[in-house]
Amino acid sequence: MIIISLISLAKGSVYISISDIWLAIFQKGEQINQTIIWKLRLPRLLASLLVGSSLGMSGALLQGMLRNGLASPYLLGISAGSGLVIVSIITFGFAQIFIPIASWLGAIFTTLIVYFLAKRGNKISIERLILGGVAVSSLFGAIQATLLLQAEDGRIQAALTWLIGSLNARGWEEIKITWIPIFIALLVGILLSRQLNLLSLGEELSISLGNSLFRSRCLIGAVATLLAASAVAIGGLIGFIGLIVPHFSRLLVGNDYKYVLPFSALIGGLTLSTADLIARLGPIEFPVGIITSLLGAPIFIAILYKRSSIKREQK
Amino acid sequence: MTLLLKDFSTGYENKIILNNTNFELKESEWIGIIGANGSGKSTLLKGILKFNPTFFGDVFLNGQNTKIFSRKSLSQKIAYLPQKINNSLNITVEELVSLGRSPYKSFWEFNLDEKDKKIINEALEILDLTNLKYKYINELSGGQCQRAFLAMTLSQDPEILLLDEPTTFLDINYQLKFLECINKLIKFKKLSVITVLHDINLACRFCNRIAIFKEGNLIDIDKPKKVLNKNNLYKAFDIDSYLIETPLGIQVYPVSKKI
Repeated sequence: MIIISLISLAKGSVYISISDIWLAIFQKGEQINQTIIWKLRLPRLLASLLVGSSLGMSGALLQGMLRNGLASPYLLGISAGSGLVIVSIITFGFAQIFIPIASWLGAIFTTLIVYFLAKRGNKISIERLILGGVAVSSLFGAIQATLLLQAEDGRIQAALTWLIGSLNARGWEEIKITWIPIFIALLVGILLSRQLNLLSLGEELSISLGNSLFRSRCLIGAVATLLAASAVAIGGLIGFIGLIVPHFSRLLVGNDYKYVLPFSALIGGLTLSTADLIARLGPIEFPVGIITSLLGAPIFIAILYKRSSIKREQK
Repeated sequence: MTLLLKDFSTGYENKIILNNTNFELKESEWIGIIGANGSGKSTLLKGILKFNPTFFGDVFLNGQNTKIFSRKSLSQKIAYLPQKINNSLNITVEELVSLGRSPYKSFWEFNLDEKDKKIINEALEILDLTNLKYKYINELSGGQCQRAFLAMTLSQDPEILLLDEPTTFLDINYQLKFLECINKLIKFKKLSVITVLHDINLACRFCNRIAIFKEGNLIDIDKPKKVLNKNNLYKAFDIDSYLIETPLGIQVYPVSKKI
């Protein structure tokens, strides 16, 4: 992780040597290096670590709660909600400053709708949660597409970059707003590990072991949403991290959520900062969302394939 | 610990399944519940555990109404093993058994202390799982898996154990072994046990008393010898039967109803 951090501080359109990085971090050395490190690369690195770890943990929480390996932070409608809000802000030409907060609100609001749809009496049904998420997502997606078609030319570009997910030009502003909730949510998330372990036993056993399904599902969902929404607020819709990272950490550390959750956060941060590094290396800067999807999709297929072949061997 | 059901009615959402049930489970007693499909046997267990709402009546644990118990304090007293258990879990036996300590932990407490470890090891030992403790659940045979889950409920340190058809997926050998395990627990840990059993003959060999349910009503509860008679079996299962005295007690030989 430290290595990746150093490389990503060093690389870029201007190369800065490691010793110069140290000097620059302590605000010594050449003025230009200081500016590049402090204004551009350090915030961007931090942003990628924050976003990656929130997406990773959020994915692990949701996959554990829904007991479904295909769950990802966007399943609950988080992407649709913030996507819609962002697209409408951009197409109507409101100030860009509001984007992080607005996307946050949009995501949380949508998740609330989905939860409300899934709630029945005092229970939250998993199937209804998933179906509600899918339905709300497609509804919002349609509205979003309509808005995009109506938008002026220049603005479509801006909206698209956001929807693909990019860490380009993320500064201290975004980090300042989001780091506190992300940190709190990461901590609370790790504390939820036993509840996730209990949920994996099945509904009835987990109740009989003193776990309230309603409370733990609400709590897990809330933490996962907060994490994913904060990630979206910084980086837009970056795909696949939330889906693949939990699988990868489960391959590494087994199924005990006590280890899966922190590892997912760690690996998530690592993966995204690496992906961002790759994105910046080319002559043109790619949005990092493209890189994660481009690399993520084949890896995911590989995992799926490996899984099914293991199952066949067992039979 | 005793469990007393008084005019207890329970069911799902708005539908009453089980009517006006009255009986008492005494300390170190094993009650077997038999009845046709849909007669409310599982519903009774879930009702006692408050998974399902109580419509009328009360359940008393040692004279205390369970209404005042929180989820956690109830699960420190009563452990439950459902009919369907998840045997594809990718965690070790030891990890599974330690989950049984959850009711005693607040949610920021992660680590097991000495007392927890002692209880977990004891549970593993009683059920003969000590040398399997690093095996994964999805590598175990059906019987071992069932024992691992029983060990988990045991590490819950309960005083009452509710088992829903624990022998359904086991072969005859494991069925006997499993039920003998429970006998051992009753003896050493002074547990009181209620099991739902489909196999009447197993029920009358192991249980102290047998309760027969039909369409949500308790039609009889008493010692196996008294409860199992042609009349009750006809009422509950709609079958004719021959009763055979064996050295191990009474056994039932069911036949289809003669028209």
